[in-house]
Amino acid sequence: MRRLVSADALRVLVPAMSLAVLLGAVFYLQPRTMSYTGLNLLFNLAVPIALATLAQMLIMAVNDLDLSMGAFVSFAACVTATFLQSAPLLGLLILAAAVAVYAGLGVIIHLRNLPAIVVTLGMSFVWSGLAVLILPSPGGAAPEWIRAIMTVRPPFAPMAIVASVLIAVIAHLIVMRSSLGVVLRGVGGNRRSVERAGWSVVRVRAMTYALAAVFAILAGISLVGLTTAADANIAMRYTLLSIAGVILGGGEFVGGRVSPIGAVIGALTLTLAASFLSFLRISPDWQIGAQGAILILVLAIRLVLNRRENKEKRA
Amino acid sequence: MTALSRMPWIWSFLAAGIVWVITLMFTGGASIVGLTQATLTFAAFSVIVGTGQMFVITLGPGNIDLSIPATMTLAGTVALKLMGGDSGLIVPGFLVAIAIGLGVGVANYALIKLLRIPPIIATLAMSFIIQSAAIWSNRGLRIRPPEILGDFAIGSVLGVPNVAILALVVTVLAYVALEKSLYGRWILAIGQNIRAARMAGIPVDGVRCGTYVLCAVLASLGGYFLASFSGGAALNMGAEYLLMSIAVVVIGGTSVAGGDSNVPGIWGASLFMFLVVSMLNTYGFDAGFRMIMTGLIIIGVIVTAGGRTVRF
Repeated sequence: MRRLVSADALRVLVPAMSLAVLLGAVFYLQPRTMSYTGLNLLFNLAVPIALATLAQMLIMAVNDLDLSMGAFVSFAACVTATFLQSAPLLGLLILAAAVAVYAGLGVIIHLRNLPAIVVTLGMSFVWSGLAVLILPSPGGAAPEWIRAIMTVRPPFAPMAIVASVLIAVIAHLIVMRSSLGVVLRGVGGNRRSVERAGWSVVRVRAMTYALAAVFAILAGISLVGLTTAADANIAMRYTLLSIAGVILGGGEFVGGRVSPIGAVIGALTLTLAASFLSFLRISPDWQIGAQGAILILVLAIRLVLNRRENKEKRA
Repeated sequence: MTALSRMPWIWSFLAAGIVWVITLMFTGGASIVGLTQATLTFAAFSVIVGTGQMFVITLGPGNIDLSIPATMTLAGTVALKLMGGDSGLIVPGFLVAIAIGLGVGVANYALIKLLRIPPIIATLAMSFIIQSAAIWSNRGLRIRPPEILGDFAIGSVLGVPNVAILALVVTVLAYVALEKSLYGRWILAIGQNIRAARMAGIPVDGVRCGTYVLCAVLASLGGYFLASFSGGAALNMGAEYLLMSIAVVVIGGTSVAGGDSNVPGIWGASLFMFLVVSMLNTYGFDAGFRMIMTGLIIIGVIVTAGGRTVRF
């Protein structure tokens, strides 16, 4: 029993079980969701949340925290619904510049030894401001191609699930299997030893931030693909959702201990929690509160399971 | 220069002063009294909740209270509902607001301690529940505060707004607690090295719990007076204080890594934050541009004033 699951596997196993239990509860409450269309509706908004959660996870892997995630995804969504739709080249340029800004933030935070929380807090104003300038009132239109991708109906499983699995696998390959992934988790774990091993920490941090920006932009693009329009506040709740998703998925704030697969599962769990509550017919007043309660419950379960695992290890 | 580096709060005051002068230059000094009073009033609320956040952040990396806005809203809503505009119930209303703060603080720390949830997630989950409670208790109607209380909240003594005086009292108490009391030494020690603090026999759990309670109580105090000041509680009244409470603490020179806090800096940073907004308003920029400028100014201040060396 002891050797059956490694610590890394457990990190993913517990979130996966929470998701399975929640899904089971939803199926029990509303059997009609146990279908292609039902699942599609349940996980409809999961893809952008999963991408934003992965972006947050990358930042958390180097011991930072991005409080501008929601504002940045909203900004990316606004660019997608305007420039990327009407002038694709200009749109791509703007998004590329945004990635460069993120890389620059990584450099400034590293060189000046600044708290990432505060810098990203300031940046959240900047991104929101830019988003308001681009789209003063809700509107815009989704580019045809992204609309087509997001509404494609693959056989067997709905798009949201296929895409989530695909995203999880790609992120897993980048973060857990590539050399950049190893070094960036190393920076979170022990920055000095990575430095002494001859790596440039500032470069790794810049690349991590740039990579996070790419994931966040994809979140914005996919969100517009689903909603077909954007507004400057479209993704503001993603800041807190993405942090919660990473934690639910077994990630930790320090030490470079993150799990891309877990993060995607965490994002799916959060998406499902909202549907679950509406099936429970909880009064709308308490919907948000119940979401908080679910978060607490899942973390409590994780604590119990982790404790049991630790006991078995010791035995 | 060494004397200056020992006073990181000086930068926030300097920045606030510069913005104040620039704004007055634009208006030709016409609104000097109005601008100063408005700044003091609005900064006061940031100071009250920011002080609580500062104590929590001082506890060390990862300690942060995201439930401040929800606590403010719930305290303001329930207190105003209980008072129902009756001046005789001002004291009970106040006590209920404080009791809400006590409850939220204890619940926050219970989650952190018993479930070993990182504070950021614990207070976030808690804030969802508190916000729901506020929505449930609010139920539409906007109840006006009792007249005496409302007059107090918008009134002033010798030109100094009452809420600013209140915030000053909070600041002085916080300064004494932090610099002159055993409790203050304890939180600084915990923030610098929790393990060493525990081995030195400091009641770590008690101090941390007390700090989260203190932060929630200050948030409910802020909510009580903010609701009275604005003539009624609204469900989104605390929203802007989430980022504000963190921003004023850090711009004020408190270390995000914990164990090093700065009480005067909160005043400088709060004045600065409000002045920036009113300066950009005076110059007539539109909303988007104003936000971009606010963000860039925050980052600019951090880049110039921050960047201290990290202890290893």
